[in-house]
Amino acid sequence: MTAPPAPPAPLVVGPLTRTDFVRYQGASGDFNPLHHDETFARAAGYEAPLAVGMFNAGLLASYATDWLGAEAVRRFRIRFRNRVWPGDTVTCTGVLVRQYEQDGSLLADVELTCITQEGVVAVQAWATFERGQA
Amino acid sequence: MANPAARGAVGEPFTVDIERGKIREFAFATRSASPAYWDDERPVVPPTFLTTQMFWESWAGEASNPWHVVELDQQRGMHAEQEYVFYGPPPRAGDRLTAQSRIGDVYSKQGSRGTLTFAVMITEYRDESGRLVAEARLTGVEAAPPAGRS
Repeated sequence: MTAPPAPPAPLVVGPLTRTDFVRYQGASGDFNPLHHDETFARAAGYEAPLAVGMFNAGLLASYATDWLGAEAVRRFRIRFRNRVWPGDTVTCTGVLVRQYEQDGSLLADVELTCITQEGVVAVQAWATFERGQA
Repeated sequence: MANPAARGAVGEPFTVDIERGKIREFAFATRSASPAYWDDERPVVPPTFLTTQMFWESWAGEASNPWHVVELDQQRGMHAEQEYVFYGPPPRAGDRLTAQSRIGDVYSKQGSRGTLTFAVMITEYRDESGRLVAEARLTGVEAAPPAGRS
C-alpha cells in the first residue's frame, strides 16, 4: 500500500485577534457573545472574549484536508481541551497513526493537535481519510 | 441542571442547502490554503462545515432543535466534543440535505471538581434520495464555573 504524504509544515495562526473570532462566527452562525462582546465576556468572569472552540477545530480541519484531501475525509472527531485568547498564537500539527484496509477501502487514521505558544493543548482531533481502494 | 428525561427527544426535520459562497467563507475563516474552495464549481464541505446547520435550524424554528430540552446550565454549559462522520465523500455545494436531530445519552461522571453532566445530540443528514450521507455528534458538558486566565 502507498504511504500517505508526509505531514505538511505546521499551520501557525496568530497572534489571534477578535476579528478572527468574529469572522469565524459569521461563517459558522454561532453568535455566542462570549466570543466577541467584551462587556458580556467580563460579566461572565472572563478576562476577554475567548476563541470559539470550533474555530480552532476548523483550523485543525483545514490543516488535515490541505494534507490528505477534503473529498477523502470520512470521520473527524474533536475534543476541546483548553481555552484560547486574543493574542495567542496557535500551531496545528498532525501525525499518521496507522494505515489499514477495511471493507475494501484503504484508510488512514491521523491525530491532530492545536497548541498555544505556551504549549497548552487547545484542541485535539482524530480523523480518518480514505486513501483509495485496497 | 441537565434534564435526564431529554434522552430520546427528537427534533423536526429541517432543510440544509449546501452553498458554495458559504463554503468559501468558512474555508477562508478557517485558513484553508486549498484552491478547491475558490475554483471548483461544487467543492465538498470542510470537515466541520456542518456546524452551519445552526442557520437552518434557527430558521426552521425551535421544534427542529431538541438541544434546549437538555436544559444545560447556560453559565456552566460547554462544548466538550464534536464529531462528524461522512458516508462517502462529504456533501458538496448545490446539495440539498434534510437534517434531523435527536438527543442521545444524558449521563453524569464524577470529576475532580464535582459532578459533570454530559449530553449528546446526534444529527443525521440525508440527501434527496434519502441516503444517510453524514452524521454529527455534539457532546455538551455542564462544568465547573469559569476561571479567568491566571
